[in-house]
Amino acid sequence: MDTILTVRDLSKTYQSAGRTLTVLHNVNFSIEAGSTVAVVGPSGSGKTTLLGLSAGLDRSTTGTVELNNISLDQLNEDERAKVRNLYVGFIFQNFQLLPTLTALENVMVPLELRGEKNIKAHSKDLLDKVGLSDRLHHYPAQLSGGEQQRVSLARAFSTNPKILFADEPTGNLDSETSDKVIKLLFDFNAEAGTTLIIVTHNTELAAGTHRIIRLKGGAIISDEKRQ
Amino acid sequence: MKKGNRKLSNILWLIKMAWRDSRRNRSRLLLFISSIILGIAALVATLSFGYNLQKDINNQAKTLVGADLVIESNRPASPQLLPLLDSLGDQRSQERTFASMIYFIKNQGTRLVQVRALEGDYPYYGSLETTPVGAGKEFRSGRKALVDKTLMLQYDARVGDSIKLGELTFAIKGVLNKAPGRNEISTTVAPRVYIPLRYLAQTGLLQKGSLIGYNYYYKYDAATDIQKLVSGIESRLEKGGMDYETVDSRKKNTSRAFDNFTQFLILISFISLLLGCIGVASAIHIYIREKITSIAILRCLGVKASQAFCIYLIQVAGIGLIGSILGATLGTVIQQVLPTVLNDFLPIQATMSISWLAISQGIILGMIISVLFALLPLVSVRNISPLYTLRISVEPTRMIRDPLKWLLYAIILFFIALFSRWQMHSWTKALVFSSSILAAFLFLAAVARSLMWLARRFFPSSWNYLWRQSFANLYRPNNQTIILIITIGLGAAFIATLYSVQSMLINRVSLSASGNQPNMVLFDIQSNQRADMLTMTKQYGLPVLQQVPLVTMRMEEIKGITAAKALKDSTDSIPNRAFESELRVTYRDSLSGTEKMIAGKFGNPIKAPGDIVYISLEERYANRLHVKIGDPIIFNLQGILIPTIIGSLRQVDWQRVQTNFRVVFPTGVLEMAPQFYVLITKVPSSEVSAHFQQAVIRRYPNISIIDLGLILSVLDDILYKIGFVIRFMAGFSIITGLVVLIASVLISKYQRIQESVLLRTLGASRKQMLIITTLEYFFLGALAAGTGIILSLAGTWTLAKYSFESSFSPKWLPLVVIFLAISLLTILIGLFNSREVLNKPPLEILRKEA
Repeated sequence: MDTILTVRDLSKTYQSAGRTLTVLHNVNFSIEAGSTVAVVGPSGSGKTTLLGLSAGLDRSTTGTVELNNISLDQLNEDERAKVRNLYVGFIFQNFQLLPTLTALENVMVPLELRGEKNIKAHSKDLLDKVGLSDRLHHYPAQLSGGEQQRVSLARAFSTNPKILFADEPTGNLDSETSDKVIKLLFDFNAEAGTTLIIVTHNTELAAGTHRIIRLKGGAIISDEKRQ
Repeated sequence: MKKGNRKLSNILWLIKMAWRDSRRNRSRLLLFISSIILGIAALVATLSFGYNLQKDINNQAKTLVGADLVIESNRPASPQLLPLLDSLGDQRSQERTFASMIYFIKNQGTRLVQVRALEGDYPYYGSLETTPVGAGKEFRSGRKALVDKTLMLQYDARVGDSIKLGELTFAIKGVLNKAPGRNEISTTVAPRVYIPLRYLAQTGLLQKGSLIGYNYYYKYDAATDIQKLVSGIESRLEKGGMDYETVDSRKKNTSRAFDNFTQFLILISFISLLLGCIGVASAIHIYIREKITSIAILRCLGVKASQAFCIYLIQVAGIGLIGSILGATLGTVIQQVLPTVLNDFLPIQATMSISWLAISQGIILGMIISVLFALLPLVSVRNISPLYTLRISVEPTRMIRDPLKWLLYAIILFFIALFSRWQMHSWTKALVFSSSILAAFLFLAAVARSLMWLARRFFPSSWNYLWRQSFANLYRPNNQTIILIITIGLGAAFIATLYSVQSMLINRVSLSASGNQPNMVLFDIQSNQRADMLTMTKQYGLPVLQQVPLVTMRMEEIKGITAAKALKDSTDSIPNRAFESELRVTYRDSLSGTEKMIAGKFGNPIKAPGDIVYISLEERYANRLHVKIGDPIIFNLQGILIPTIIGSLRQVDWQRVQTNFRVVFPTGVLEMAPQFYVLITKVPSSEVSAHFQQAVIRRYPNISIIDLGLILSVLDDILYKIGFVIRFMAGFSIITGLVVLIASVLISKYQRIQESVLLRTLGASRKQMLIITTLEYFFLGALAAGTGIILSLAGTWTLAKYSFESSFSPKWLPLVVIFLAISLLTILIGLFNSREVLNKPPLEILRKEA
């Protein structure tokens, strides 16, 4: 299978109060296209930083990130934005919907950015799939947490991304809603063949993936492949 | 997709996103932009006023002059010039003007007026506006007069009453409401009385040495190139000491005078606009801070930094356009009021029409400047990282590290300088204006910062919680201290400076009239009246503080250079004006109380005809003429040449009510020359003043009297009118400041609502919340007003020291009133905007805000 993401010797340090803080230290891994990976670890272990660097949201201090055979370190911010729009999808713990856009408009934005036409029907279909066909014109503030995360899922899959990064996608949901969202996430993944990288504390969610990478103190302490 | 189509669809998408993103914020955005509405309104109103005035001056220029050509002089025309003066024009009028006392027979009132003795049908364009209407023409038919309406009112006179001018009595034929080219203010200073010229000689007012103006008015029936005509006779007129005025030259002079006036109003409006723009910048700064997450989400989804920036730029430009249009509309309404406010200063009938030029300029200017100021916070959108979606603790880009912000500051300053250059037509003035604005803003900002630092540094930890909480709000994150101190402070500074300067001017004249200072000047006393006037003054128990002879002469030659040579040779340093004007000189052998010798020796009495005449010059006058001790000057006294040498230089205190002279002759030269005397005295009350004036005018009608009490009331009146205009314009700054205040308070409400609700949830009572809010806004209002007043005191001190050369003694009561009024207003606005937090349950507010 093709490799979709390759991380080599990745380190990230911050300057804080005159001191150097190393958040990630010499991380290496690669991920096959279409697979599902969980990144787990205690708070402060560098999971979110790793997700941000892998998705091209930030630059590493040293090391390289190759996404879909594109070296992100060589790109400027706008070029990375284009890569994100073409190949990457996101799901966040706090949903991160645009508060001034309706559910339908939130799903349409990534497609509009690509300049695609006739996107309304496709976006409606996606919202229908996540069970929100009757909530198309509601604003995020008018939706429950679970509904917001389902809109977020529809938005993430609207562009058929090659890779989807999910940052604690069930962190703000109750267990019943979590189950629904997890099911939807994996269904979409199976249907679209999207690579799924999930940062999570949720063991049930991690258990459903092909591979679990454990982080501690900014370094990988185990990389467990599962059948 | 083709590249062009892609660009277009990208622009359309950006507009769509800007529209979508503005949902639920539109009322707030409109609130932000409301800060500039008044500035634009003031600007459009003053620009429209300026354009309309220019149009009116062009249309009514002929009625300003009343004739096609006016030739004027302050001496009679020479016999050589008379044929020329009689040959000009198809219709001619002539006029003598001079100051004299009027005496109202019915109630024995007296007052110094400007007498205009007229012959002919002048004015040929426009009219002497009178009540009754026909009086402007009919007074010429007999011993009748037109009397200015201010005089009629002041002395309760009626048409048909009699007045006395000199030896002659005239019947009042009509009330003079308006004369060509005159405005209300000039009428207040020197009210006019028109009489027919043929009775002038019989009044006996034309004594030797009196200052008389000779005006000749011409009308051409057929179209004539007046400019060409004038250029043909200009040199002859100049040689004869005569000046001329055409419709064109008056048009230019009037336009120039009002250019300065409208410039002043436009610049005040511009300051209001700048204040509003600072308010916009501050509001957009907070708005963008609230939008960080949305921008970060968009960046995650693949929106470029430039696209995110454009989304908000479109929003700002959109509200800028709406604000500018609203402002321009309001300005067009306000401009209908301006002529009423400024009526007293206008020599023409102002007709106000809608000026599309002013409206479009106002809208374009509003758009540009609101966008420029909004760009300051907007450029930071470029630097918002998509990482904000994951962690909010991303280090914000500091302004100092963003060169684009510095570039924007430079562009804003350049734009302000460019706008001032457009108005003032001079780069130097524009730079001085822009630098002054910058200095005032920086001063206010520095004071605000220092106050915040002091509040933090010397925080009163021992105060109770409510005081500490409200005091700390001055420097806590999201505070509005700097913005409010700048906007409200500058408005307060305007008003306070105005009051201080006005009271300083009045105070100065009042001081001159108080204590033992002289308060009455009698002039035009002829040599044969002198002794009697002395006796009469003493009979009324009044002191003769000074009695000075005055001789009128001209300069013929300065350092061997004649007027003709000075006119031809532009390289010499002697100003041509030195030869043109008539000089009033005196003679004596000692210094007066207002003089100080600074060089040479004063007073060498002339004993023999061959003695050298050493004169004394006032120091600054000598500098203007570029002459020094030992330089020769030849004077012309009614054709007799008097050679002199500059023997000394004096410093003169012109501030005192006393006769002061630029040139003083020694005794023994001018005693036999035609001369008149000035007598200075002090009257103890207005009753004594009135009785004394009546007695003097009855016995010697040619003598004119200046009553300082009257000057004081006239000055008071003028200052009040000027003050009203400035207050009207400064009102825009104050109201803009208040709008910014309202906007800022509302913005801080959004910022503080969580905290207020939390306090309420934790058990803070309504009363406690009320105290915290009241104190916070009191601190803000008091600091803003206090800083503005400090700035105004600094400005008034500078004006007092360098411009008025007077002592600095501000009136504290109006300043305290301004301070309290602004503080109170700030508290009221603050409380009004916080009423929801004070009156409703926390959960209801939280639900609503969510």
